[in-house]
Amino acid sequence: MEARAESKRQVLRFRGRSYVAFVFSPVVPIAGWLEEIDVTLARSPGFFVGKPIVLDLSGVDLSQAAIAHLVASLAERGIRVLGIEGASPELITPAMPPLLTGGRVCTVEQSEPADQPPPKSVEMPQPKSLLLETPVRSGQSIVFADGDVTVLGSVGSGAEIVAGGSIHIYGTLRGRAMAGVNGNSAARIYCQKIEAELLAIDGYYRTAEDINESLRHRPIQAWLDGNIMKISPLN
Amino acid sequence: MAKVLVVTSGKGGVGKTTSTAALGAALAQAGGKVVVVDFDVGLRNLDLIMGAERRVVFDLINVTQGVAKLQQALIRDKRLENLWLLPASQTRDKDALTDDGVRRVIADLRTKFDWVICDSPAGIERGAMLAMRYADEAVIVTNPEVSSVRDSDRIIGMLDSKTVKAEKGEQVKKHVLITRYDSSRAARGEMLSIDDILEILATPLLGIIPESQDVLRASNVGAPVTLSNAASAPARAYTDAARRLMGESIAMSVPTERVSFMNRLLGRRAA
Repeated sequence: MEARAESKRQVLRFRGRSYVAFVFSPVVPIAGWLEEIDVTLARSPGFFVGKPIVLDLSGVDLSQAAIAHLVASLAERGIRVLGIEGASPELITPAMPPLLTGGRVCTVEQSEPADQPPPKSVEMPQPKSLLLETPVRSGQSIVFADGDVTVLGSVGSGAEIVAGGSIHIYGTLRGRAMAGVNGNSAARIYCQKIEAELLAIDGYYRTAEDINESLRHRPIQAWLDGNIMKISPLN
Repeated sequence: MAKVLVVTSGKGGVGKTTSTAALGAALAQAGGKVVVVDFDVGLRNLDLIMGAERRVVFDLINVTQGVAKLQQALIRDKRLENLWLLPASQTRDKDALTDDGVRRVIADLRTKFDWVICDSPAGIERGAMLAMRYADEAVIVTNPEVSSVRDSDRIIGMLDSKTVKAEKGEQVKKHVLITRYDSSRAARGEMLSIDDILEILATPLLGIIPESQDVLRASNVGAPVTLSNAASAPARAYTDAARRLMGESIAMSVPTERVSFMNRLLGRRAA
């Protein structure tokens, strides 16, 4: 038998992912603010466990030593700081958490302890989908990271659809379809007739050359089975 | 009501200028007052096709910049008295066109003509964008081959997004004109079929112009093909297309001598 080293091709994949972080905005006096944290911790000890915490220091004017002390004080309470926001870069030493920028406000649903009954009228989350009633022409790029995209017409050669969720095309897909771009490996691609240039789900892709010739011009669905993109006819 | 019509394609060499001249002459022959406007600044050709190259004094750029009056730049056709040409400048480039200047010239032409036909340059840059910017209707000239069809698709997307009508939430009325159609090659499957093209572009068909030596002959003598040889196959196809633009409904056919094929085409394959 031949002993030959199999050279495996490494595939490097980059994926964006976002997390909701709690932002602490300390106020002076810091000692008093830490007491407030202690009160919260006494009520629900596990509240901050495993949660990313960001320190927003824009409201206070602290020295380098004071920032170090604050981070250490939080660490004593079992709170690890992911990053610091709103401080000038020269105050941050390599030993401290990194400086972050570009944070956006979002609402966080808190699950309070059982003594508060949950509010009765739970708002149903809006179904997140985008419906396009006209053909998508060559050169157009439709990007919808929040959910599914449905196209009633065709997607032209040289056009692309990028969706956070699944993609449904009720015409011919001649361009590119990229589903599950935010790391959603359960996303799928459906089309009425496939002449696609490229299909991608969660970063795994197939070009026209890799799509079985017997599938062309047929209605198909594509999904991920582990690391492999499967394409099967719908009829 | 004046209609502003842009003849566009994205791809070069598909027959925009030939079609502009032929449709312009056919509409003028039908009695409309027509001006054909060359937007291909720096690479003008429409004056040659119209046979007016020796009479150009002022041009579109002069008018947009206020150097010349519109009346001074318009050239009347020698064969049809209600057909006019507004030539492009050969010494400038597309950057000399301004949105504001084009808007003023088009608005001015609307008051004087029934049809303002804008001959777009190839590409999707400034010249092509300004040629379509103020259009009410568009003729998308397409050859039966994949690159031309894809470029046309791109242009249709731009007509639906970059024109004044689109920005107001209205639609530019679009027509596909298939040119250089070779019936014998299509019959052998060497060209995209009419059905394939229309399926990809999802836009109504205005006409099918057969590939013909008459087109070349017409441009060599500096006459729109509809004037140089009105009985020729391409001239009849253009005349039918012009009548469809005027709102008449005429059965679609490829004017050709080969009746057997025509019948086959008319009895379209069920897709």
